[in-house]
Parts: sequence; C-alpha cells; structure tokens
Amino acid sequence: MSPTPGRPGEPVGATPLIRLQGAGVCFGARTVLQALDVEVHRGERVALLGSNGSGKTTLLRLLHGQVTHTGIRQVHTDAQGREPSQAMVFQRPFLLRLSVWWNLQVALWLAGVPRAQRPERARLALNRVGLGEHAQRPARVLSGGQQQRLALARAWAVRPQLLFLDEPTASLDPAAKRDVEGLIEEFAAEGMTVIMSTHNLGQAKRLATRVLYLESGQLVVDRPVTGFFNEALPEAAAQFLSGERA
Amino acid sequence: MGSFTESLRLAWDMATRWDPALWQVVGLSLQVSGSATLIGAAMGLMGGAWLAVARFPGQRAVVVALNTLLALPSVVVGLVVYLMLSRTGPLGAWGVLFTPTAMVLAQTVLVVPVVTALTRQLVADAAHGNGEQLRSMGARPIGVAGLLLVHERWALLTVLLTAFGRAVSEVGAVMIVGGNIAGVTRVMTTTIALETSKGDLPLALGLGIVLLSVVALINLGIALLQWLQRDQDAAADRRPGAATATGGVGS
Repeated sequence: MSPTPGRPGEPVGATPLIRLQGAGVCFGARTVLQALDVEVHRGERVALLGSNGSGKTTLLRLLHGQVTHTGIRQVHTDAQGREPSQAMVFQRPFLLRLSVWWNLQVALWLAGVPRAQRPERARLALNRVGLGEHAQRPARVLSGGQQQRLALARAWAVRPQLLFLDEPTASLDPAAKRDVEGLIEEFAAEGMTVIMSTHNLGQAKRLATRVLYLESGQLVVDRPVTGFFNEALPEAAAQFLSGERA
Repeated sequence: MGSFTESLRLAWDMATRWDPALWQVVGLSLQVSGSATLIGAAMGLMGGAWLAVARFPGQRAVVVALNTLLALPSVVVGLVVYLMLSRTGPLGAWGVLFTPTAMVLAQTVLVVPVVTALTRQLVADAAHGNGEQLRSMGARPIGVAGLLLVHERWALLTVLLTAFGRAVSEVGAVMIVGGNIAGVTRVMTTTIALETSKGDLPLALGLGIVLLSVVALINLGIALLQWLQRDQDAAADRRPGAATATGGVGS
C-alpha cells in the first residue's frame, strides 16, 4: 500500500514509521483482522473507521504492538536502533486511585523518563491540558472530559512520536469533545503522528488526513480524507457513510 | 441462656478489671497473629499479584493448588511445622519449638495461601482490560502487578483482615508448636480450649467474647478507612464516562 500524503504542505516522511505486511489477528479460532498491508508515515493523521466489530480497535492495537499477530509488523528505528516512542489513549482511560499528579508521575516513570525531569514534565503536561489546578485531586473524581484530558496529558508528557487514540471522545459531552479534539489537533500540529479509531465521521473529517475503512476485519478503503468523503466508495463504505450501517 | 449471660458478665469483668494475665494473653495473640499476617502479606501480596498478571506454562495448575491450600487444616500445618522444628527435624537447630516464633511460623504457613489466592483474584479482576493500558504505557508484568496492588490497596485491607482472622482464630497449629505454656505461648484460642476442657464454659465463652471484641475494634478502624475511600470512588463511578475498573477496548 503506497504512502498517503497529508494535507498540502504537511511534512510526511518517506520511510514508514510502521509497516504491516500480511498482518492479521486471530482470537482463538476467530479471525478478527484479516491479513492486511498498511504503512503509516511520519506526520500522518490516520482515522480508522468502520461499524462495530469491524476490527478498528484491533488494528489500532496491532499497530501499537499490543496484540499477537500473523504476518509482519515492522517499526522504523533511528540510527541508534531505537523505535519511535509511542503512547495510547483509550476510550475509557484507566486511572490509578492516586492523585492527578501521581498518575502523571507513574506514566513518566514507566516511560523511562529520568526522575529529575519528571516534575517539570508533569507540570507542563497538566498546564497544557488545563488541569494545572487539579494536580492534587484524586484522578478518579475528575469529570469524564477531565479524565480524558488527563489521559492525553499522560500521553503527551512522554513526548510520543506516535499517538494512538481509541475512540477518545466516545463517551464525552459536546463541550468535552471539543476540548479533546482541540488538544489532538494541537498535538498533531506539533508533529506527532496520530492514529485514531472513531465512529464520528465529523471528527474524522476535522482531524484526519487519511482514512482507513474496515468491514468485518478487512481493510476496504485506504484514502486521503478528501477522497474518502468526496469520491465514490465501495458499497459497504458508502452505506456506512450514509448512516445505513452503525 | 444463663451461662451465656454469665459469660457476657465475665467478659465485661475481665475487660474492665484490666487483669494483667488476661491482657498478656490477648497481647501475645495479637503479636503472633499480627506478625504472621505481616510476613504472609509480604510474601502473598506480591506473589498473588504477579500470579494474576504473569503468563507461564502450568499456571492454571498452580492456581488450583493455591486455592486448594485455602482449606489447609491448621492441625496438619501444626504437625508439619512441629516435625520441621523438632530436634530431629531439618530446622531443629533453630531451637524455636514451643516459642512464639514457632507459632508465628505456623500461622504464616496458614495465611500465605489466603493472602496469595485472594490477592490473585482481586488483581486479576482489576487487570482485566486495565492491564493492557498499563502495558501500553511500558509496564512489565511485575510493574503491572505492583501498580494494581497500589490501585487496589483499600480492597487489599479486607484480604489482610481475612488473613488475620484466619490466624487469630486458629487453635490447632499454635497448640502443637507452642505447647500452650502459661505466660510463654498461651494465646486466646489455646486458653479457650484449655478452659473448655476443664469444664469452665462461661470463662471460655467470656474469653471468646473478649477476643472477638479486640478483633472487632481492629476491623472497625480499617472498615472506617475503606468506607471513606469507597465513598469517594463511588462518587467517581456514578458519573457517566468515568474511569472504572473494567474500562477497556471496543471493537
């Protein structure tokens, strides 16, 4: 599958950050994702679309390296042999029964950030998502939108090159959705490569440069966002777009 | 009914009279069972958490064996520890048979499976869905285990209470390895067994009530801590879209 350019003027790397070749996923006897080829390039914003059970989340987990698969998953390494840093934000982020501050500290510790740098990084991340004043509050008493912003802060704090988002605004009210989308937009503008699964077509249109449409574990469409929304699509994708498939 | 009322009166008298001999027995009970619970917790909490998140061949068999050990008879534990610590046993050189140390050792053997099995179940439930999120942040199994222990710390207090209850209420093991020596290894349960065998049932029952009251006070303090924490969590979980213990993946 050839690399798909982003919006005009956006830097898109020549070497893919992640390449899947004939990669598929089975859970026991059930094939959840059929063998597919996908490349994700630096600076892209990829939206994974599809109806429930189409395999969006599984593809996201596969790209993130969190699931056992068949075929090949290659991650581009730098001159020192290091893989690009990655972070994932889940639809319902798991927050430890600790304060907002300590949730960030734990994330930075797990990411291997040196102890001396953690307080400053945590402070910057909290201010970035507008939670600076909530640092000492228990994380689990925050509102749904604030919890998602904390999850984004946790991801942003580790400076990921690849940011995976699993339906990041699915359970949020419109105002919280706007806040979270704004942050994703800002993160992407900073050069993060963003890959997100979503049911929200408007969100895909607003945030993505490229759309991968899945149907029953098969990759059916892989197009730039303008091509996906403005050009003729295969029947299944067209039905999804017109709201005939949930 | 009469002997029960008499027992209550006796228990009240013993508690309010501040009889040094009684409180020495209560103190030794708490010291032995508390030590066994702490040692058991050190071994069982991390072991159980690791068992919940690690994957290795034969894991199911280990879990089945562990759960079977929950029904370990205290008399059998006492007998095995006695044989280990007796002069001819492999640990006979320690010279700790018929001392509180031997009682701590026997009760530790009893509580380790309780702490390990209950912790494993608790952490496995918490890891369902959430373990992947921690792994995606870079946590290795041991890190996931440690973080979920921290996350479930209030619920784990109940596990420790259960373990303490198992230790403080057992009589068979401490009787065998301690010998029920007055002023040295006599604890509440062995005293109750002794008074029962002597036919002084009101005194035995009264001692039982004192024991229960002491344990109830400890439970009350811990329950209060948990209630304060759970109230906060419940408020968080009532909100739509709030983080839950089972937050996970979609399609």
